[in-house]
Amino acid sequence: MAETAASLQHTPLHALHLRLGAKMAEFAGYDMPIQYPTGILQEHLHTRAAAGLFDVSHMGQATLVGLDAAAKLERLVPGDLAALAEGRIRYTQFLDANGGILDDLMVTRVSGAAGGVETLFLVVNAGCKTQDFALLAQALPDLKLTILADRALIALQGPAAAEALAKVLPGLTTQPFMSMRDATWRGQTLHVSRSGYTGEDGYEISVPDGLAEAFAEALLALPEVKPVGLGARDSLRLEGGLCLYGHDIDRTTTPVEAGLIWSISRRRRQEGGFPGDERVRLQIAHGPSRKRVGIKPEGKAPAREGTDIHTVGGELIGKITSGGYGPSVGGPVAMGYVEADHAAPDTPVTLMVRGKPLPARVVALPFVPARFYRGS
Amino acid sequence: MADVRYTKDHEYVRLEGDVAVVGITDYAQSQLGDVVFVDLPAVGKKVAKGGEAAVVESVKAASEVYAPVSGEIVAVNDALSDAPATVNEDAAGAGWFVKIRMADKGELGALMDQAAYDAYVAGLG
Repeated sequence: MAETAASLQHTPLHALHLRLGAKMAEFAGYDMPIQYPTGILQEHLHTRAAAGLFDVSHMGQATLVGLDAAAKLERLVPGDLAALAEGRIRYTQFLDANGGILDDLMVTRVSGAAGGVETLFLVVNAGCKTQDFALLAQALPDLKLTILADRALIALQGPAAAEALAKVLPGLTTQPFMSMRDATWRGQTLHVSRSGYTGEDGYEISVPDGLAEAFAEALLALPEVKPVGLGARDSLRLEGGLCLYGHDIDRTTTPVEAGLIWSISRRRRQEGGFPGDERVRLQIAHGPSRKRVGIKPEGKAPAREGTDIHTVGGELIGKITSGGYGPSVGGPVAMGYVEADHAAPDTPVTLMVRGKPLPARVVALPFVPARFYRGS
Repeated sequence: MADVRYTKDHEYVRLEGDVAVVGITDYAQSQLGDVVFVDLPAVGKKVAKGGEAAVVESVKAASEVYAPVSGEIVAVNDALSDAPATVNEDAAGAGWFVKIRMADKGELGALMDQAAYDAYVAGLG
């Protein structure tokens, strides 16, 4: 149910969004910018050509501190956190006892090493944060969980992101992909991660609430940086083949079915020791019965979430979980789950859109090649 | 000036004799955002007032366009296939969707005129 605007939470950039003329809508209990006056299409294309600034302050940020914090957090996720070097970031998932995905998250080792006190920095999805933090508090009571409700999160994404950030916050252009550095701006500490959700190079920057608007405005003052709303964030991540929690992944999907086994190291596959490890390891050994794949409609009509996927012969083999128009592709793009026998790239399939059969093909993800920073 | 009538769902009807040219209003296109695809019916199809006449897709979502009047589809705007953004650029003109030969011109009486529609949109805030 839609909540009334008055009951919605605001991020520290809410007033800035209104000044920029954003069209606002509810997302995960927050009043968020869906698009600015330039529109989703231009915002998307600008991010791929220069740099887009995104407010993702609705996401949950927290630190987890204590003796052997990484090894303890490994009880809840299949990611290899013990092997994570200081300042490095890992993508992983909270799993339930069946290996179903409760949420996906980023974990950074801020400081410390095994056998001592470790500090981890976590970023989780807005819609799952209450449940995630409750799970952490309940399952890992000897670690100190601090929810950073007083920090905004600003993403700067695109091929011009590094040169743009350097004009406001110098010294970070050669920061490695999937690493975090602390930087000082106006006397306060920003946590700068080289990561993102668009398939482009860029940063996600944790900023104290009181500095967030000034920091965003300093970046937006640069000609190469434009504000980008959640609409283009969705089309960018879809072209990038990246999962959206609650759509492409949820409790009914495992990391193996979702094509996320790259995020589970050899040691974790061998040792297990995470929720649902038995099922996940079985699926890795024998292959899952269904797989997440890219789906490219051959015509111009987009196929939206919930669209049935059939073989050319008419047998139902799966469903679209995210679908729409890809501005950089210049046509419809989608992803979904199909039975494993039909998951090979180039397999022809039929999508049922408004009762009409539309030809499509299974394709490898992503639709747009990733351009993460890999060193100069 | 052409006689134009409007629905509460932001479709317009521009009269050309007993043929109704149907599209979505400028307000509707501004709410939808960038139009990327328009699914048009077959010429010859019979539509009932309030029934689905077309589907317009923005980057974000698909929206139905309802027939403001009953009748037979006598033309569709094929140019939208290659240039769906025409709906954003000229909703009231070149961005029309379908032409309907009206079965009952009396149905027009239930639609809003320009002044009533302008007041209706103003009331939406």
